[in-house]
Amino acid sequence: MMKTLLKNGRVIDPKNNIDKNLDLLVEAGKIAQISENIENADAEIIDVANKIIAPGFIDMHTHLREPGQEAKEDFESGSMAAAAGGFTRIATMPNTNPAVDNAALVRSLKERACEVAKTHIEIIGAVTKGQKGEELSELLDMTEAGAIAFSDDGHYIDNSKILLNALDYLAMTNKIIISHAEITSLVEGGAMNEGKVSAKLGLQGRPSVAEDIAVMRDIMLAEYAGAKIHIAHISSARAVDIVREAKQRGVKVTAEVTPQHLTMTEDIVDFTDSSTKINPPLRTEKDRDALFKGLKDGVIDMIVTDHSPHAPEEKDREYIYAPSGFPGLETSFPVLNTELVKTNKVDIFTIIERMTAAPARVFGIDAGELSIGKIADITVIDPNLEWIVDEKKFYTRGSHSPFVGRKLVGKPILTMVAGKVAMQNGVVI
Amino acid sequence: MSISLKGRDCLGLSDFSPEEIRLILDTAKDMKKFLRGDVKKSDLLRGKSIITLFYEPSTRTRTSFELAGKYLGADVVNITAGTSSIVKGESLRDTLYTVSAMDVDAIVMRHKAEGAAAYAAKVVKPVIINAGDGAHAHPSQGLLNLFTIEEHKGKFEGLKVAVIGDILHSRVARSDIAAMTKMGIELHIAGPKTLLPRFSTDDKVIVHDRIEEAVENADVIEVLRIQLERMKGGLFPTTREYARIFGLNTERLKLAKNDVLILHPGPMNKGWEISNEVAYSLNSAIQTEVENGVAVRMALYKLLLTGGEV
Repeated sequence: MMKTLLKNGRVIDPKNNIDKNLDLLVEAGKIAQISENIENADAEIIDVANKIIAPGFIDMHTHLREPGQEAKEDFESGSMAAAAGGFTRIATMPNTNPAVDNAALVRSLKERACEVAKTHIEIIGAVTKGQKGEELSELLDMTEAGAIAFSDDGHYIDNSKILLNALDYLAMTNKIIISHAEITSLVEGGAMNEGKVSAKLGLQGRPSVAEDIAVMRDIMLAEYAGAKIHIAHISSARAVDIVREAKQRGVKVTAEVTPQHLTMTEDIVDFTDSSTKINPPLRTEKDRDALFKGLKDGVIDMIVTDHSPHAPEEKDREYIYAPSGFPGLETSFPVLNTELVKTNKVDIFTIIERMTAAPARVFGIDAGELSIGKIADITVIDPNLEWIVDEKKFYTRGSHSPFVGRKLVGKPILTMVAGKVAMQNGVVI
Repeated sequence: MSISLKGRDCLGLSDFSPEEIRLILDTAKDMKKFLRGDVKKSDLLRGKSIITLFYEPSTRTRTSFELAGKYLGADVVNITAGTSSIVKGESLRDTLYTVSAMDVDAIVMRHKAEGAAAYAAKVVKPVIINAGDGAHAHPSQGLLNLFTIEEHKGKFEGLKVAVIGDILHSRVARSDIAAMTKMGIELHIAGPKTLLPRFSTDDKVIVHDRIEEAVENADVIEVLRIQLERMKGGLFPTTREYARIFGLNTERLKLAKNDVLILHPGPMNKGWEISNEVAYSLNSAIQTEVENGVAVRMALYKLLLTGGEV
């Protein structure tokens, strides 16, 4: 029987409200024991003194590009990037070619994940056929096939009646719709936040009001239907307020935010480098500050990467023609640790909660905690390791991360998936 | 203090100091004299090669850059998107590599994408001259506007200049904003609210949504082209209404100073943004601008490619 003993670590397990120096024993892929001074002669011992033992990170928003866009990423490369970044479970969005909008595709992707992935992969199904926003996909069929949630991510469901139908229909299950909230007509052709910088550069803007209205409408529809809605990659201060007010009214709304929106603003947009081109766009300082306050006080439930890799040659072109998004799995925790924890804006316990227990709770996943008997999905973090982001060392096929070249502090150094080492000291196994 | 622009790219006028702009304008003055001479051929740029790489249609700008180079003795080759491997889907990076591998000294580039010229400057070695990148910048037009204004008014300080029309989508307006206030001009911009940037790009610029306020007592009025596609995009209802409310006609012109100078970067939609009478009035310097354009571009070549030493 395989046994691994993590000794002398600082266990941070937000689900069980633990932050203490403890040993942790893994046996047969499960967490067998957590206590002080565990002695076990048969176990392989890994000394993790001065390191943090956390539940494996969960990322509910990635784009692994299967099927159809394997030049950008596939389940193998994407899950390797995940393991490198300390993630043990990632959910992939259905804006693929074809879109994941039927049970057969969900099943085949789940099989494919079992075959090649280094981490658990959850499949998010499309709300509407082909993500066109016109007709509902077979949502119950996909639910039975194991889809974790539903989203037309990349597109807003402009047709209110379709979204209301989807909300009503899915209220028969415990599944959640994840909304990419930006009113299409207000953002079409836009390459960055509409504001002072876009006015100066002449780039067409994506105004924050497009997000605010979309978030408001989706919340009102969910409230009316008594259904759940999850707001993807929230980015505007006003939208955070709208979610806050809705939560106070008892609406079943949850929200996620990305490290990029938490740490950068429109001021860094350089129109010769498409790495900062993302949807929704980087916004203003006021927005960014509202985001980390919202993250801190729980209005924003979780952190996601919105890992959106593209082939280097796709990104290396004129800003307005380059596709949106960049790969985030390998920089997520280090960026948050450097920009939010080390600067005392948000404590590490909260950051870990938003990357583990919170997504598990919202999406009903039996993971994200270090309880005895639970699956041994574990991340060990060196919170003080200094390193420089090097694109050449990425496991993802994507390129053009705005964090490339940045000196960061802290990095996951060990990722265990179901008790098996998936990454150690930066090397994916 | 001597200023040299040798080897510099010309991507936008915000990169140039007032002294550098002064140098370009002074050099352009010499060039205009030269242009009016008997033999319009110098060997200043003999042995230099220039490529004009145009991804968007153009008559005056491309021809102007071409002739400017030829008058100074450079070899000039023109590439337009429709007749090159760009139609075969070649990426901008690869086209730039191909062009620069032929040992050219300068690439004059026009492109629909904002930042395309700056991207080119990052990717390849030759001097890049931006001949218009989307709605971002058109520095040589901004310079020739300044040149024409100074030629007629003898100064910049204290002048009231009104730029009217589609400011939002205009690279010319952004170049004017970048350069004119720097030279001491009081710059007013005006147009329908849908065609004004929602956010100010420069606190020194005075914004109006009625052109009368901008035109009143103006020393110079520059009229910008409006595009039919903007109307289709719902930014204004009809060309008829645009002409009636925002067009520059003789009636509105009376609000300006008697000796007001009229500019237009062209091509004009006569009857829409500018009436025929105004375009061809004695106040109009629209044709002079074309000549000045050649002089300014010669000056740019001279300064960027030779540093100015003769």
